Amino acid sequence: MKSLEELRALREKMKSQTDNRSVAGSDETVIKVGMATCGIAAGARPVLEALLDEADKRQLHNISISQTGCIGMCRLEPIVEVFKDGQKYTYIHMTADKARQVIADHVVNGNPCKEYLIGEN
Amino acid sequence: MRELALNILDIAENSLSAGAKLVEIGVFADFAADRMVIRICDDGCGMDEEMLAKVSDPFTTTRTTRKVGMGVPLFKFSAESAGGSFDIRSEKGKGTQVTAEYVISHVDRMPLGDFGGVALQLVTMNPGVDFCIRAANGEREGVLDTREVRAVLGEDISLSAPEVRSFLKDYIQENLVDIFGGRL
Repeated sequence: MKSLEELRALREKMKSQTDNRSVAGSDETVIKVGMATCGIAAGARPVLEALLDEADKRQLHNISISQTGCIGMCRLEPIVEVFKDGQKYTYIHMTADKARQVIADHVVNGNPCKEYLIGEN
Repeated sequence: MRELALNILDIAENSLSAGAKLVEIGVFADFAADRMVIRICDDGCGMDEEMLAKVSDPFTTTRTTRKVGMGVPLFKFSAESAGGSFDIRSEKGKGTQVTAEYVISHVDRMPLGDFGGVALQLVTMNPGVDFCIRAANGEREGVLDTREVRAVLGEDISLSAPEVRSFLKDYIQENLVDIFGGRL
């Protein structure tokens, strides 16, 4: 079983790598997932997990993914807000698959997934 | 809500909005006695007696945008519909403690669900807050205390770094499988 000793070894390994993650700067993409009762009940957790997993798989460094409280439109949850290029995009009724698509199309390639945006359906 | 783990996440989010610096979460199972206890304890702002008396009412919330707050009532319902009990204690300025007890074999007891995933999400997504998460089966207890983890990692490595996240994920899963073995 894993122990905190292994964590110590991991730290030494990480320290030796030069960290280029903090060079993100102002072109950073910020993603927020609504994680209040409404979001959780609608399935926000798998969505958040998919976002983190996809960002990790693609080695995206200039991205910050976090959770927030109730965004205020409970019936449209799970909601994902993407702040990119000075704009805010609100994706509604998200699923894990849609979240992966948002990372690929919007965050990486710069084309917002219009069909999932609020007001489009 | 189809998993107790999601209820735990929801109640812990309340602790975070109450400005808690330390949130303790425990899942204690006693398979011989067929009982399970879930406890969430924080050092947040707490509630006065008046609020505490109304907090299990779905038409009570601290939000100003609407009049409905379902988190605590749903958690209470999950316990009371499974032959268990629910208790919430709070002191203004000191913190809040929420306890739910379940009959493990009760037909209406929700499954625990992905508690490991919830624990991972809480510890990695909340940099300014410490968590002490315990899981016990009467014989063995597994503890994840972010204060210990932070002490090992030092100040310059965050708990949300992918390498650390992946370590914690395995650490939590291995412990949970060993302690509960999928029985909850």
